Amino acid sequence: MAKEMIKGNVAVAEAAVRAGLVSYFGYPITPQTELLEYLSARMPELGRAFVQAESELGAINMVYGAACTGLRTMSSSSSPGVSLMCEGISYIYGTEVPAVLVDVMRGGPGLGNISPSQADYTQVVHGGGHGEYHLIVLAPASVQEAIDLTGEAFYLAEKYRTVVVILMDGFLGQMMEPAVLPPFKPVNMESPDYAVAPKEGREKRFLTSINIDAPTQERLNIRQMSKWEEITRNEVRYQGYYLDDAEYVVVGFGTCGRIALTAVREAREKGIKIGLLRPVSLSPYPTEVLDKLAEQAKGFLVVEMNNGQMLDDVVSIVARRAPVHFYGRMGGMVPYPDEISQAIDEMVNSDAGPELDGRAKWLELMRETIGQGA
Amino acid sequence: MTDTDVKVVYQRPIGLTDVTTHYCPGCTHGVAHRLIAEVLEEMGELRNTIGVAPVGCAVFAYNYFDFDFVEAAHGRAPAMATGIKRTLPDRLVFTYQGDGDLASMGMGETVAAAARGEQITIFFINNTNYGMTGGQMAPTTLPGQKTSSSPLGRDVETQGYPIRTAEMLATLDGASYVVRRSLHDARSIRNAKRAIRTAFEIQKAGLGFSMVEFLSICPTNWGLNAPKSREWLKDHMLPYYPVGDFKVSEEAERVMKEVR
Repeated sequence: MAKEMIKGNVAVAEAAVRAGLVSYFGYPITPQTELLEYLSARMPELGRAFVQAESELGAINMVYGAACTGLRTMSSSSSPGVSLMCEGISYIYGTEVPAVLVDVMRGGPGLGNISPSQADYTQVVHGGGHGEYHLIVLAPASVQEAIDLTGEAFYLAEKYRTVVVILMDGFLGQMMEPAVLPPFKPVNMESPDYAVAPKEGREKRFLTSINIDAPTQERLNIRQMSKWEEITRNEVRYQGYYLDDAEYVVVGFGTCGRIALTAVREAREKGIKIGLLRPVSLSPYPTEVLDKLAEQAKGFLVVEMNNGQMLDDVVSIVARRAPVHFYGRMGGMVPYPDEISQAIDEMVNSDAGPELDGRAKWLELMRETIGQGA
Repeated sequence: MTDTDVKVVYQRPIGLTDVTTHYCPGCTHGVAHRLIAEVLEEMGELRNTIGVAPVGCAVFAYNYFDFDFVEAAHGRAPAMATGIKRTLPDRLVFTYQGDGDLASMGMGETVAAAARGEQITIFFINNTNYGMTGGQMAPTTLPGQKTSSSPLGRDVETQGYPIRTAEMLATLDGASYVVRRSLHDARSIRNAKRAIRTAFEIQKAGLGFSMVEFLSICPTNWGLNAPKSREWLKDHMLPYYPVGDFKVSEEAERVMKEVR
């Protein structure tokens, strides 16, 4: 199969189609809109369901309904839209039906802007909606990886009857690069056993997220936590670069991880023994590998397009065995490799101990170099 | 023992499960449930139907209807029904919603579904208050009506006016069949059943969005017994919420005649 130039948003849409997507429900929002636009033509062309919903609330609840039939369904949105969807995500998780959501993050808070950002790591990885739930969150760093993870997302959503989020940013959504699309999978229209899809001779089924009896709800919570435990055992995904002899480790995901790789390669050329850990599954997090790295590394540098949201997770896993430095850009700003190279140099030359407050040091730098205001 | 021949003249429809409901004594939810179950049985659609329950008094409706059901988030039932219907277009899909769920929290989803001409049916229970949470003011609460959150009576100057949902939805081109019926006496109940049948037939024929609004009583929160509640409905609700057919598309008209 030949590579073709394809835009991230469109690539994910077509990958979903080829993964056997039965229905799509969405609402226009930049920088995700091409995904919806593409499917508005593509899905009807194939005789599959497409609805431009009245809102993200509408879209996610249409997905909820479709997910209750157990057939492949998805939505896509960007940060403010995902905030609206958090209600539905909690319900879908509570009902344990499979759904895929693509979040093409942009700068915030509030209306923010439409530039690339990773500011919703905490929202998507650590909650967002109410109640206790854990989503599977996959973060691609290239159009090809976004394509591959789309197929994977449907597989995981069905395997665990859960919500899988493909967490991208405006950069990946908007960027065109060469990639290979997968072959078409047959569309499965046979609903699984738990789903509502009535037919003669079959007992009634119902799907709900309500458990008015607290002891029953608690047992359900325990079972869902056990399922999550199984997911954390089986579904961790990450990419490691130059980690074998690494004395220093950069940790970054998605677009930021990709930019960091350039800086890490430059540092290697300068003779610095440094590697990159790029978590692909942000949830479950690659805790074990990071834990092992904390045994050998002299220092960590977390790079993100946010205020240090994954940083908190890294700090907790490293557990003061080494200093954890931080470099981030916010507000829809994307760091250049040079900025990360500089942060690497500062880490290597730093005499900070494991008690270092990486965020405080970074914020001081931001105030000095960029300034505050507006 | 007797040798007299016995004939069953009234029994639980097979579309309802053999359980005691949590509804208050005298409440018309039971009547509405029964009518829907009877119609689906008569149409032979019990094993081809998916219901969507609301948040409100009917949150456990799926325990009472003996066919496939899902339970929506508050107000989102029309969106959830859309997702199901678009995925399984050959099934009958309906929502069952109260006035807080439909006309307050979920008015956006309701209007959008009607405007799209979504091939679903909405059954809308209007009892002028939030039943499940204990009788607060609803979008349907009448001017001057006392509720637990309008203790001095609904003051339209500060709390606004009731919404006539059926009349409003009837303005939308996507709506095919939008009617209001009442559940306060036997004659009205028979008319309500015909409307349910018509709505389902319209959906089955793929003729677009249908909604039946039911004027209902809430004896517990109204502080009246069932007979007095029915009187109150007749005296206060019927003048504000007239029973009638607010939108019957040309195609729906044909179906409606067949149901008569």
